[in-house]
Amino acid sequence: MIAAIMFFLLYFGQSFGFSSNLRTICAAAGLGKSAKFFDFNWKSQMWNMVFLIGAILGGFIARQYFSTDAPVQISEATISDLSKFGISAPNSLQPDELFGLDAVLSLKGFALLAFGGLMVGFGSRYAGGCTSGHAISGLSDLQIPSLIAVMGFFIGGLLMTYLIFPLIF
Amino acid sequence: MAKSEAISWFRIQEMFRFQAFHMYGIIGTAVTLGVAGVALIKKFHIRDYHGNPIVFNPKEKSVARYLIGGSIFGLGWALSGACPGPMVVNIGYGYWAMAIVFFFAIVGTYLYGLIKDKLPH
Repeated sequence: MIAAIMFFLLYFGQSFGFSSNLRTICAAAGLGKSAKFFDFNWKSQMWNMVFLIGAILGGFIARQYFSTDAPVQISEATISDLSKFGISAPNSLQPDELFGLDAVLSLKGFALLAFGGLMVGFGSRYAGGCTSGHAISGLSDLQIPSLIAVMGFFIGGLLMTYLIFPLIF
Repeated sequence: MAKSEAISWFRIQEMFRFQAFHMYGIIGTAVTLGVAGVALIKKFHIRDYHGNPIVFNPKEKSVARYLIGGSIFGLGWALSGACPGPMVVNIGYGYWAMAIVFFFAIVGTYLYGLIKDKLPH
């Protein structure tokens, strides 16, 4: 499925990479005036934007028509590791401790989401792509830079998981 | 994507803890099909619907930007449990809190655009 979308975009003369949309949104918002990086013809990126809209719709449809509301079946080892951080076993797709209303309205909860987003946005543009652009499209083309980027994803991810989580939770 | 649970924070945590094959299976399948497809496109010089050859732009050669940028991305990925695509799937799914993450991802992209000339690439 993921590979099918990549070939669909390639066929229509585009490339597959989701985080480019973040740049496109900045450009569409007129931020090109303050930073040259966003001064480009964002309308040429419409196909990827269509994919973004489709992704929102896809999430909605999955929820409305295909959802069983079953908790995610993660491994016991993960559940026990997370319980040490006060995160209870899944009862849906996402932990309430991070995405529930109480969490969002607390200063810490909001800050965590905001920082997470900031790092994803900043890092993906710095590295020139995210999971779709590097791990999937880039590795499909056997590109060394993408392999380095994916190694970076894991360096960051492992640092967060093993060193920073114990500090913040 | 929602069905494969790749949009779940729990799955991302499990992946970074190497405690299940789940995410590696999803990404591995996509990449395996991808490698085969890209190889076919190159071998048979398949063209897109405009009739232009499909070209794969080699990414710029660099180590610093991919390693540093990738690591920053990884920090955010593990924390928020979502890369940009799954963020919006989550919003559609009804996890409104993801809109905060998505908004700040746009802010982060903007910050990069502002200071990119000062960063090692």
